[in-house]
Amino acid sequence: MSVLFQLALTFGMLSVLAVGGGTAVLPEMQTVLAEQFNIDHTAFVHIYSIGQLAPGPNMMMVLVFGFQLAGLLGAGVVLLAFFIPSSVLCLSMGRLWQKIGERPWRRTVQNALEPISIGLMCSGVYAVAKAAVVGPLTIGLAVATFAVILLTRVNPVFMILGAGGFGALLMHFFGIR
Amino acid sequence: MIPPTIWQIFFEFLLIGAVSFGGGIVAYERILLIEKRRWLSPDSFMATLAISQTMPGLNSVNLALLAGDQIRGVKGAFAATIGLMLPGGAFVLLAGVAYSAGGQHPFINVLLAGIAAGATGLLASVTYTIGKRHFVQMKSLFMIVSTFVLMSVFKLSLVWVLLLMVPIGLYLYRPGQQS
Repeated sequence: MSVLFQLALTFGMLSVLAVGGGTAVLPEMQTVLAEQFNIDHTAFVHIYSIGQLAPGPNMMMVLVFGFQLAGLLGAGVVLLAFFIPSSVLCLSMGRLWQKIGERPWRRTVQNALEPISIGLMCSGVYAVAKAAVVGPLTIGLAVATFAVILLTRVNPVFMILGAGGFGALLMHFFGIR
Repeated sequence: MIPPTIWQIFFEFLLIGAVSFGGGIVAYERILLIEKRRWLSPDSFMATLAISQTMPGLNSVNLALLAGDQIRGVKGAFAATIGLMLPGGAFVLLAGVAYSAGGQHPFINVLLAGIAAGATGLLASVTYTIGKRHFVQMKSLFMIVSTFVLMSVFKLSLVWVLLLMVPIGLYLYRPGQQS
């Protein structure tokens, strides 16, 4: 019971703080899950990465944290807590906006939030990299994925799977880290 | 035009939720809403997108929510959002069950290590693509670096980072200022 309540509170909070998209709350999510729910940084990054292979919105992997801590009920609680608060806010503000039309201060709010959310995404890259990039091989895989995604039109899912397969072969059979 | 049924809205967004591997969902939604079905005019799509980006929450989910609401009210909003999230939600739950069962196996572990390195590269590339316009402007760069330092170096909680940075941002980008 208290785990469900704590999950609802945590993800409800993250929901309304997710300025500029879900990726902005990654570093906070990693910290809170480690401190309050004992999900270590490696498990966090594994679950985050599996989530990037899924179709649809890129933060659906939050369900897995709920599932790990409290089964299907936990996943349901996390789903509602992470999506309902921001959705209610967005829907009510959206309707208000439709009525009053574009105002200069909406642009102000968006302009102010954009660089903040980019800063938070940089923190997210740093947080994920600290747990995922641990040696020459993982550095190589991360840099190669980064470069190929930026320079070509190949689907990122293939790059991530490729990095996984290629990395696993080198690590498993040749002991390279 | 006959307004679409709730099921039509649900299935169109379910389709996007099922095929959008590797991101770019907003682009799929744009094609659905203004080309394939013409449920929104290009102008109202842009306005809706702007609101989705301004409000907290995932942009793609907010956009589905607001578009659904404009097409068929609250029911349409539910249909669009649930459709969009259903396939990915089922996917991650199955993957999560598999991870809980086999995540400790040595080969699975090295596979996940490689996948995590790849996902780091993807996150960095998304951040770079969204941020490149901002990294070269003094005002934006100041905001980005301050946010990063407060979050990752001083390790403030997100609430405090936002309480400090949002007022500064609103002041710097107040109406009438050059962005």
